[in-house]
Formats: sequence, C-alpha cells, structure tokens
Amino acid sequence: MEFLLVQALSGLASAASLFLVASGLSIIFGVMRIVNFAHGAFYMLGAYVAFTLTDRFAGPLGFWGGILVACLVVAAVGALMEMLLLRRIYHAPELFQLLATFGVTLMVEDIVVLIWGAEDLMGPRAPGFTGAVTVFGRLVPSYDFLLIALGPIVLGLLWLLFHGTRWGVLVRAATQDRDMVASLGVNQKWLFTSVFALGVFLAALGGALQIPRTTVSHAMDLSIIVEVFVVVVIGGLGSVTGAFVAAILVSELNAFGILVLPKISMVMVFLVMAVVLVVRPWGLFGKPEGTPRAAAGLSIRPWRPMSALERMGVAVAILVAASLPVFAGNYALSVGTEILVFVLFAASLHFLMTVGGLASFGHAAYFGLGAYGAAFMVKFLGAPMELALLVGPLLGLAGAVLFGWFCVRLSGVYFAMLTLAFAQIAWSVAFQWVEVTGGDNGMLGIWPSKWASSPQGFFWLTLAIVVIGVGVLRMLVFSPFGYGLRAARDSTLRSEAIGIDRKSTQWAAFIVAGTFAGIAGALFAFLKGSVFPENLAIPTSVDGLVMVLLGGIETVSGAVIGAIVYKALAIWLMSKTELSKLVLGGVIVVLVVAFPKGIVGFLEDLRHRRRRPPAPDGAGPEAAGYVAKVEAAE
Amino acid sequence: MSALLQVEGLAKSYGGVHAVRGVSFALDAGTILALIGPNGAGKSTCFNMLNGQIRPNAGSIKLEGQEIVGLPPRAVWRRGVGRTFQITATFPSMTVRENVQVALLSFHHKLWAMVGYAGAAHRPEADRLLALVGMEAQAERPCGELAYGDLKRLELAIALANNPKLLLMDEPTAGMAPKERVDLMRLTAKIAREKGIGVLFTEHDMDVVFEHADAVMVLNRGELIATGTPEQVRRDPQVRAIYLGEGLLYDAKHREGSAA
Amino acid sequence: MKLEVSGLNSHYGPAHILFDVGFEVGAGEVVALLGRNGAGKSTTFRSVVGLVAQRTGQIRFEGEDVSRLPTYEVVRRGLGYVPEDRRIFTELTVEENFTVGRQPPRAGVATWTPERIYELFPNLGEMRKRPGGQMSGGEQQMLTIGRTLMGNPSLVLLDEPSEGLAPKIVEQMADAILTMKREGLSIVISEQNLHFAKLISDRAYIIEKGRIRFSGTMAELEANPEVRDAYLAV
Repeated sequence: MEFLLVQALSGLASAASLFLVASGLSIIFGVMRIVNFAHGAFYMLGAYVAFTLTDRFAGPLGFWGGILVACLVVAAVGALMEMLLLRRIYHAPELFQLLATFGVTLMVEDIVVLIWGAEDLMGPRAPGFTGAVTVFGRLVPSYDFLLIALGPIVLGLLWLLFHGTRWGVLVRAATQDRDMVASLGVNQKWLFTSVFALGVFLAALGGALQIPRTTVSHAMDLSIIVEVFVVVVIGGLGSVTGAFVAAILVSELNAFGILVLPKISMVMVFLVMAVVLVVRPWGLFGKPEGTPRAAAGLSIRPWRPMSALERMGVAVAILVAASLPVFAGNYALSVGTEILVFVLFAASLHFLMTVGGLASFGHAAYFGLGAYGAAFMVKFLGAPMELALLVGPLLGLAGAVLFGWFCVRLSGVYFAMLTLAFAQIAWSVAFQWVEVTGGDNGMLGIWPSKWASSPQGFFWLTLAIVVIGVGVLRMLVFSPFGYGLRAARDSTLRSEAIGIDRKSTQWAAFIVAGTFAGIAGALFAFLKGSVFPENLAIPTSVDGLVMVLLGGIETVSGAVIGAIVYKALAIWLMSKTELSKLVLGGVIVVLVVAFPKGIVGFLEDLRHRRRRPPAPDGAGPEAAGYVAKVEAAE
Repeated sequence: MSALLQVEGLAKSYGGVHAVRGVSFALDAGTILALIGPNGAGKSTCFNMLNGQIRPNAGSIKLEGQEIVGLPPRAVWRRGVGRTFQITATFPSMTVRENVQVALLSFHHKLWAMVGYAGAAHRPEADRLLALVGMEAQAERPCGELAYGDLKRLELAIALANNPKLLLMDEPTAGMAPKERVDLMRLTAKIAREKGIGVLFTEHDMDVVFEHADAVMVLNRGELIATGTPEQVRRDPQVRAIYLGEGLLYDAKHREGSAA
Repeated sequence: MKLEVSGLNSHYGPAHILFDVGFEVGAGEVVALLGRNGAGKSTTFRSVVGLVAQRTGQIRFEGEDVSRLPTYEVVRRGLGYVPEDRRIFTELTVEENFTVGRQPPRAGVATWTPERIYELFPNLGEMRKRPGGQMSGGEQQMLTIGRTLMGNPSLVLLDEPSEGLAPKIVEQMADAILTMKREGLSIVISEQNLHFAKLISDRAYIIEKGRIRFSGTMAELEANPEVRDAYLAV
C-alpha cells in the first residue's frame, strides 16, 4: 500500500512537466490551429539552456534565475520562429504546418549536438530541494513535492490569465474567430506571436524543471512530444484543463504500468487513449471541430487516366530501369533498389493521403511491421524468401486493420497525431521486446534466396514487385472504390448523403495502404539483410511524407517522382555531411514555404497555364456564381 | 392511402434550449411542401433530422409507413431520400459527370469494386440525369469551376440518382439570380410531378414559395404556427405578424387580399 | 466627407466580384447600400475594412488614405464594422465581448461604455454575465453592434442588421440606429429590406452584380419605381 502511494506521488511529479508542455501545445493549437511539432524541441532547448545557465551561476538565485531566463530565451526563439516561418504558412493545409515544424525539430536536434555535444548532461540539484522526505518509510525527493504543487499553481495562473486579463479575453475570442478580432481593432499578428511565445515558454519551463530529475539529452524532444500528443488527444486539443487531467492520467498510467507490464508500459497509455477516442473522439475536455479544413490532396483539376502517349512513356521508363543492372555497379544497384522500395512506400502513403485525404504521420509502422513480419518468418519458421515476402506484409496488414479502425474515426490533425502515436507503440514494442525482436540490436541475417541474392537479381525482383504494386495502387485510384474514397474526402456531407459509408471506405484504404507499405518493408528487410526499430520510427514516416509532398500532393504520380528525387538526394547528402538532420530539416522547411505544390504539381501548373490562358476579367456567369457562393458562405 | 412522409411530434433540444418541438406534418407523393420561418426558427434542425444527420430527442419520421428515425444519412438515402444542401456539397476534385457517376455507383452498390474504370461506369444514365437538369453540355468540366447556379443544378442531378421518393431541398435557390431561381424551381416542380416525387424545401424567397409550393408550413421558435395552402398562409394574421410582415418583401401579385 | 470610396475592385480567387465600386458618406449621415443576395454588399464592406486580400481602389477615411492599412489599423482609426452573421464570441459573456471591442476614447467622438450600451439596448443589461451563445438572434444582433460601439467609432458599417429578425426587434434596431445617428455617428447599412432602409436612411446606393447602379436620396429612389423593381427583389 505504502509503495503504491509513493509510486502515485512519483507519477504526479512527472505529470507536472508533461502538463506544462501539453498546455503550451494546447494553447497554441486553440488559437492558431497549428499543431506545433517543434514543441518537444523547445522543451529540449529549455533543458539545455537552463543547464548552461544553472551550471554557470550557482546558488539559489543562479538556479531559479537561470531557469527563468532560460525559458524567456527559448520563448524568444519561439517568437522568432513564429514571425519568420509560421506567418508564411497560416493559410496552408494543416499537414504543411506539421511538416514545417517537424523540419524545425530536425534542425534543432543537430544544432543541440553542435552546441552541447552528443553526451548526456547532468544538471545541478535544485537549491533548497536537494533532500528527500520520508513518506511511509520510503524516501521521496523533496523536489517532487515542488513539482506536484507546481501543476495546479500553473493551471490556476493560466486560468487567471485567460479570464482575468484583457489579453486573455482577446486570446479566447481569437480562438473562436480570428478575423472578427481583427475587425475590432486588435492586431492579431502580435496576439499570435505572444500566444506562441507563451506556449513555448511553458514547454521550455517543462524542460528546464526536468534538469534536477533527469539527464539532459538530445533525444528528449521526440520522447516527450509523443507523450504530449497522447496527453492533448486524451484531454482535448485546445483545453488547458484537459491537458492537466490527461497529464496526470498518463503519468499515473506510466507509473503503475511499469509494475504491471514492465516491458511495454507505453501500451497501457495508448490503450486508454484508444478508449477515450472511441467514446469521445475530440478528447475528454475538447469540443468537436466546427468546419474542418479542406483535406490534403484536394485538387480542382480532375485526375484522368493516362493517355496512350503517357503509357508509352511509363513503359520506356520501366525498360530503362530494367536495363540498369547491365551498366550500373553494385553500389548503384543497391541504391537503385532502395529507391524502388521507397517508391512503393511513398505510393502507398500517397494513396492514403492524397486519394483518401488522410495524412498519416505514422505510416512507417506498416513498413516496419512488414519488415519484421518477413524477419519473423525467416528467423522463427525458417521460411524461404519467397514465402517470407508473401506472409511478412500480412503483419503490416494486421497492424493497419487494428490501428486503422481507431484512426479513421478521426480526421485532420487528430488523425495525424493518432497515427503517429500508434507508430510509436509499434516502435516501442519493437524496441523493448528484446526477446522477440532483438530490441536495439535488431534482427540480422535476413537474406534473399539464392536466385535473387545478386544485386542484379534482387534489383529485378524489387523492380517487378514495385511496378506491379504501384500499378495496382493506380488502378485502385481510378476504380469505383477509389472514386468513393475521393468522394468521402471531397465532401463528407455529400458522400454520406449518397449512401457512402465514410468510415468503412477509409478503413479499407488504410488497410490497402498499410499492406503495400508492408510489402515495401519486407523487400527492405531482404535488401538490408536486417531489420531494426528505426524501420518503424518517426523519421521513416516523415521521409514518406516528404516524398509525397516533394512530388506534389495534388497529383496522381507525384509520389513516385518525389520518392526517386528525395531518396537519391538524401543518400547523396548523407554521404556528404555529418549534419544530415540539419540539412534535411532545412530542406523540408524551404519546401513547405517555397514549393508547396511539389515537382509534379509545379509541372502540371506550367502545362495547364500554357494550354489555357486565364479567363479575362469580366462578369461571366462563373464570376457571378462565385460571388453568390462566397456571400452565401459568409 | 398513407402519406409518403409522415412526421409526428418531432423534437430536438440543445442544452435545454428547444430548437424544434412537437412538429408534425405529412407529405404526399408528387406534392411540393415549403417550410418557411425566421432565421433560427429550427428549419435546418428539422431538415437535418429528416435525413438522419441529427437524431431527434423524440418523435417519429415514417417514410412509406416505415420508421427512419435513428438511421444514419446513408441509410436514409438508401430508403429513397435525396437531399440538396443550403451551401452546395459536391465533389470539387471530379468532373460534373463523375459527380453523378459516384452517386450512381453507390446506388447500384458498386462502390467497393476495386477493378475497372469508374469514369466509364453508368455513363448513359449519368448523362440522362445531367440532361434532365440541363447540364449535359458541361459534363466534362471540373466541378470546382462551375458557376453557383450550375452547382445547384448538379446537386439536383446527384440527388435524383437514387430515384428518390422524397427530395429534401434546403434553400435550393439561395444565392442565385432571380431568373435562375425561377428556372430551377420550375424544373424541380416538373420533375417532381412527372416522377411522383414528394418535395420538401425551405426558402426565404416568398416568390418561389408562393409560385411553386402546393402547401406551406410556417415554423417559429421551433413550433409550427401555421400550415395550409399558400393562399391560407398568406392571409394568416399570425404569420403576417411574425414572418411575412406588411408584405413588402415579396411580389405584389402574391399580395392580393393583404392589407398592404 | 467622412468616407470616400472610389474605384474599388475586388476578387476572390479567379472571380472578379466588385467593379469600380464607389460611394461616399457625409458626417452624421445614414446611407443605405441596397441590393439582392450576392449583389456584392458584404464584399464591399469587407473590402473597405481590408478583409479581402485581392483588392484595388482608394478608400479615404476622414481624408486619410486607408486602403493599404491592415484591418485592425483601419478599425483603430474609428471605422467600425459589424458583420452580417453577427459573429459574436459565443464562449465569452456579454461583458467580455465588450472587452474585446474596447478601444481608447477618441477626440470629437462619442465615448461608449458598457453602461451606455445597456441604455441603448436595455435587454443586454439584464444578461451581462451570459455567454453569447445562449442569446437569441435579436440579442446577438444588439451585442454585435454594442461590441463595435465599444471601439468609439465615428462611422459604422452595419451589414444587414435586420436579417432574420422578428419585425418587433427590427423596429428596436431602427430606433437604436437613429439614436446612434443623434450621437453624431455616420452609418452605412447594407440591406435587402427596403422598408427598414426607408425608416432610417438619408441616401441610398443600389448595387447589382458588383456595380453601383443607382445613387440618390430616399425620396429620389421612391420616385423611381422602375429602378427599385429592376434591382431590388422586393
């Protein structure tokens, strides 16, 4: 009994930081409708800057002053990011904002290593709170009690701020209607910047307050951001109270989950989240979103099947690819095979994201599951490659069946965050279940059958499977099922009104996408001869997103082009620089801001413009219709 | 013979506020019924309950004698209820014809087919529906660039794809030019009478209402305050006081018998 | 002139909505912008306060060119805007809605306090702590006007203040607008309801398909039934 109480106290202490970070994320989302992926990075920066300051200035004043200054510094960095980056993309689809802030996260990870080194750092203890208090004969750090008290205090202060000051009233008003706030004479640009700075301040405070408890490391951003996503999804995006309750819930689940399922304690938390989402899709304290924004992938230029000329072009391209082994060396062939694998992966994500309008931030889960499925077949059942390639992807399919059922209940950012969370479950299982998966050491010795073991042979095998896979996906796009899927994406209202079951249709698309990702994953396992938890980690998911985005999100064929260009670029960059994350993050940010339609989208725009000059100004029937529509919608 | 649509004691409240209460009416096949009333009187709530988007707190909605309360919109549609929206809801990423084809594929239970080109499915039927609303010439155009009046007509074609017995039209002429309004409602009336479809529509334009409706219901604060022929409703002193006013908001030819 | 608008052209995406719209408002005048649904009334107002991104033309407010200023700067100069669908903050109480609209007093212009607005709209005084979402349509219309008055404007654009309101409330609204006029405010209303416009306006413009088709006093409009019948769906 005593032990349980102490465990509960430790959970409450962990909840404080989680609440601080989650409330910041929630406030930012509430007003700006942006899910700030970089929130974990600001949490980490808070910890690092506080480490430096408290290390330099000793004593109580140095410590507490250092923490405060650290938070202010990081908040200023956040404000700068809002002004330089986010202001340019407020009107972009949610996906682009998530990606841009993810790009910033990547950059910060490398910058942190550049400044503070890759080693974990031990911060000072908090002056005045270095001892421990005996509770039922067990020692509880006194600092924990400070943190436990801090949570409700911050919650109360935030409530006062939002209900007792004019700034708070303005923020609450802007949460509902930004344009109206501007129409009442409020400079909403600065309102946004200040809200963002407050949110980042809270994240940095969460990080800075962790330094007496844990080491400071350059991986703390991703570990917290996933937990924070879980917290805000359970609590409800935009609700500070929800973040508070959910932070306690999640921390206690973690504290006790370790006792019940020591290996996979995260799973408990995700199970609770899944239940909450099924019962209340917008979280415990959240409100249903009013009008959802247009889904990703919505183009007003209808897609057409390929013309005879285009089909011939594709056939020539495949022939050229098939002749690669004749003149390319082994290294080039293995690069080529890897690119092909990612073409299939990107095409599967494209199907879900562009055709289905469901931007998944955890598509690597199904890629990785397919890879592990193949590895299990080889390692545990001694299956040959042929069988493993057939059965392995079924694990991806099974994962998609299970996770997809929950995910399609949501849409927009909630969907993105839930897919990310599920991918993290899959990752933590692969990482922690060492007996089965080998944990961090991965599983080695997954080699192809003899006939396909040469680089040439495996290249041809991969080419054949990928061509068939992409072909099947493309056929699905133009099939009745693909049209039903697009209908559900274009207008939920209309599709339900003509008998389309949106959830089932999208679930099926999720399963299709997961299965093809699984096929790509199984191929990848045999290409590398091994599988690792990285195969289902966040960076792999984001690689897929960037490929689709780079190719052009509104196009049918963009994913293929995007995958080729991006993978080739990434492999080349990795060989050139140590700071691959910095470069990659920078590329993502530039891409989102300057090139939102992607390569194929850009080319199509050019072609379209040349074919049809823009309609001359005038009160044509179109224009008249448009006025009416706009005015009716206002 | 029982009515096509029989509504009894329909009620809905939000957080203690009654949006709709005790609404009862009947609609026969081939007739056109208008639902009018001030903004916020509960017309949209009423409509959304009829097609299953909102679940009523109480009441019964019978389509050809069968209860449809509690069914989701897609199931209500399968029973033969077509719907158009106040702000058009179409599929902007598709062509005009494809919009109708999707509805037809759904009607013929073929949306789960994973092979075959959907753009080639049910073309003659789609073109026939488009011709019915006068949109055949625009079949290949992207839906996203249509003029507003054309979008409304396309919506009508989509709503007709399941051979509906009942058509629900929420402000069918809102945002259209006067001539377009008259044309669209004439077309709707013609189709409804030819095919024996019951039509229920909400509308703010009294010219449209008085010209085309066989009967008019007036909703105020969630309750029906009058039901009858356009003539009866127009003369009803309560309706005049609450909604029609002094008759300055509609054409003089519809005003005979009124005080103004 | 209080407000002079000339050569206003607005676009939404590819669609050209307003064509060389021009109108002026004198100090203390009530001017009606009449036109059907979709004629361009709301777009005109939104363009004047800078809520339409693609817009050209000149907008002079109290002699100053405000056409390049962001919305909040235009409003801070005393040009108040009440949107057509009220857009009150439903989660905020009546008092908090007023707080959002509050601006410093302006020289030479009536200064509004919540108390003075409760005098104008007594209904609101009885529900100061009520969230906007729990108010009737008429009360919300009063709240949205009161909220804009809290910015101490010298001119107010009122977009369809009578829409969807019971006639009794519309009468109250007309009284309130005439009171605001007596306080020295200039007012532009957009309306479809000619009856209501006649009660309060000095002059009128008729807009149709994004173009101004008529301008004159209410008496001149009265004397021109053919103009009225051609452009207004009354």
